[in-house]
Amino acid sequence: MARPVRFNIHPIQADTKDNISLANMPEGYTGEGFFATNLNNVVGLARKNSLWPLPFATSCCGIEFMATMVSHYDLARFGAERLSFSPRQADLLMVMGTISKKMGPVLRQVYLQMAEPRWVMAVGACASSGGIFDTYSVLQGIDEVIPVDVYVPGCPPRPEAIIDGFMAIQKLVQTETLRRRSEPQYQKLLASYGIQ
Amino acid sequence: MGKFSNEELLNKLNAEFPEQLTVVGEPFGLLTLETGRENIIAVLSYLKNDAALQFIYLTDITAIHYPEEEKQIGVIYHLHSLVNNVRVRIKVFMADGDVHIPTATELWNGANWMERETYDLFGVIFDGHPDLRRILNVDDMTAFPMRKEFPLEDPNRVDKKDYFFGR
Amino acid sequence: MQNHPVYTDNDPQNELSTLNLGPTHPATHGVFQNVLQLDGERIVSGVSTIGYIHRAFEKIAEHRPFYQITPLTDRLNYCSSPINNMGWHMTVEKLLGIEMPKRVDYLRVIVMELARISDHIVCNGVLGVDTGAFTGFLYMMEYREAIYEIYEEVCGSRLTTNIGRIGGFERNFNTIAFDKLRKFLKTFPKTLKEFESLFNRNRIFIDRTRDVAAVTAEDALSYSWSGPILRATGVDYDVRAMNPYSSYEDFEFEVPVGTNGDVYNRFLVRNEEMWQSLRIIEQALAKLEKEPTDIFHADVPDFYLPPKEEVYNNMEALIYHFKIVMGEVPTPTTEVYHSVEGANGELGFYLVNDGGRSPYRLHFRRPSFINYQMYAPMSRGMLLSDAIINMSSLNVIAGELDA
Repeated sequence: MARPVRFNIHPIQADTKDNISLANMPEGYTGEGFFATNLNNVVGLARKNSLWPLPFATSCCGIEFMATMVSHYDLARFGAERLSFSPRQADLLMVMGTISKKMGPVLRQVYLQMAEPRWVMAVGACASSGGIFDTYSVLQGIDEVIPVDVYVPGCPPRPEAIIDGFMAIQKLVQTETLRRRSEPQYQKLLASYGIQ
Repeated sequence: MGKFSNEELLNKLNAEFPEQLTVVGEPFGLLTLETGRENIIAVLSYLKNDAALQFIYLTDITAIHYPEEEKQIGVIYHLHSLVNNVRVRIKVFMADGDVHIPTATELWNGANWMERETYDLFGVIFDGHPDLRRILNVDDMTAFPMRKEFPLEDPNRVDKKDYFFGR
Repeated sequence: MQNHPVYTDNDPQNELSTLNLGPTHPATHGVFQNVLQLDGERIVSGVSTIGYIHRAFEKIAEHRPFYQITPLTDRLNYCSSPINNMGWHMTVEKLLGIEMPKRVDYLRVIVMELARISDHIVCNGVLGVDTGAFTGFLYMMEYREAIYEIYEEVCGSRLTTNIGRIGGFERNFNTIAFDKLRKFLKTFPKTLKEFESLFNRNRIFIDRTRDVAAVTAEDALSYSWSGPILRATGVDYDVRAMNPYSSYEDFEFEVPVGTNGDVYNRFLVRNEEMWQSLRIIEQALAKLEKEPTDIFHADVPDFYLPPKEEVYNNMEALIYHFKIVMGEVPTPTTEVYHSVEGANGELGFYLVNDGGRSPYRLHFRRPSFINYQMYAPMSRGMLLSDAIINMSSLNVIAGELDA
């Protein structure tokens, strides 16, 4: 029952000649030896292309994350070259896998130890909503304990989906204000989780 | 396929422990016996130490809960004799409210965590266990989740409306 | 926390430091915790805590019909999900007394051996990463992608495969799957040989892993170890050889056995098992050519869903479909224990059935759980760096640890 296939039994040579994209310059005023633009734009551009993720990999989604990090799908192209396992030095908390009630306090502790600006990505069905495990011991979504920015559905999500989620985080990072932590909306959100 | 048949095994056991073992059956070729908690350690150590039988490998210890029976909780041991390629299953049933059984950790070190898991999920107390505490669930849980009366889903959820789930 | 030694001497030289090798740690591949008491770099004692990903599989299984338990078994050892799936299907088929045609057995063998290779790729690669050598891992992961592509052709999914059905496979393997499989068999041996040349005679790697965490066979057997780590101690217990299932007795393969159970031996045993798995897959492909190519499931209309075209056109198929989905088919009220050789050891399924659609009790005999209990006693007296290598050579998968 063969059907036409579009990929990979006869791989084609990669075309890297004109395929490298450069980051676009933000809008501003150029002159002889100076460039003036909005600080938000520059900082957003810098932050978005150098996010340091903390892979909080608990289960199967962690293995798909490993597949995303290695050479085939390569998350390092997006700036996530340096995985930080220490929350103090990480920007993006990627929660991948089921979080049980025993693990909830640990996750919250790790989130609290992260310094602003910080973003949270819930990868997988279990982190987003408990997934297929509607049981007494599983937290039904990590947004019961920490605020989440991007949810990536899937069980496990394909590496392309994880990259798509990462790009959504990048868009958030680029368009946000400089000091998200001082906005009243954000403060209210954190207060609703009991985080100062 | 084993070096001795289930019948020979049964004869040897009955000779050693007369009237103390009942044969539940041989589902799929695995001899299944039932005994009481007074004899279980003697039976297990006989099976392990006998030179001809050599059931030196403890495959698993688990439990089962039959709420309607008189003796509700059963602890089930699976043993395996590697040199003879024979397996055996031994069950011990106990009534609820009196769920004690001697530990098998003296015979096999591997029984340690298997018994902790059985305690955690069913509430079976293993007398003589060096460190009987919960292993999989949170430490301050009071109920035993694998018992039939414990619900699967978390009863404290507020976001799952019965209306949408047809209840 | 109980079990910590209490130091009463006030001499700061005698103080032990506590290190929490906590649930989140780059070296713990999965979430389990070890609270270690260290005397400098040497571990004095350790307490393991697991359960950080307890998802209550056994309880869920009591509320699901047999065919819905397969996705649960996927998530046990998620690095080699097809082995778990096939093991579960074989347990149910043993319960129901279904005889499988040879072709299905051989296809199952191919899928299971691919899963074993992919799990050993991860384990050995990550062992290399823990000693500081990242290159081997990076090159081997490409072949994990190749294996994922083969799974995608067969079942549609990469990692948590839900491959096969009770009674066989959901669709026949198409020519593309076989092409990819043949390409894999041609290209992977070269990379595996390169990987071995990076590690096997590497002075640094041998110094890191030789004689680290050596285990005697008696200790290993008393802790109920199984799988490559038991074989590294010298005991040749392999469920495929001892209680063959799925026509493994038709295949010619060796069971690699080590000598002293240290980390180096475990690494070598896993490498050699990958070679033996490749050998088995080649034999299976050769055997498949002699079998009729259109059989991909057993003839059990009571448990294997009929094809949809027939359900919409044929009354009999419609009734079978209804009975299977609604669970109106009676099943034997007995108990069965079936075990398969998982990538980590003997993966057993103890199924007690009460005649209905769901099991009355299903227990998974999980090798990671049983193998891991020796970790804390074993790490007494070890250097911290050796304990990390030891942990990654045990290949503890958190999903299988907690279930």
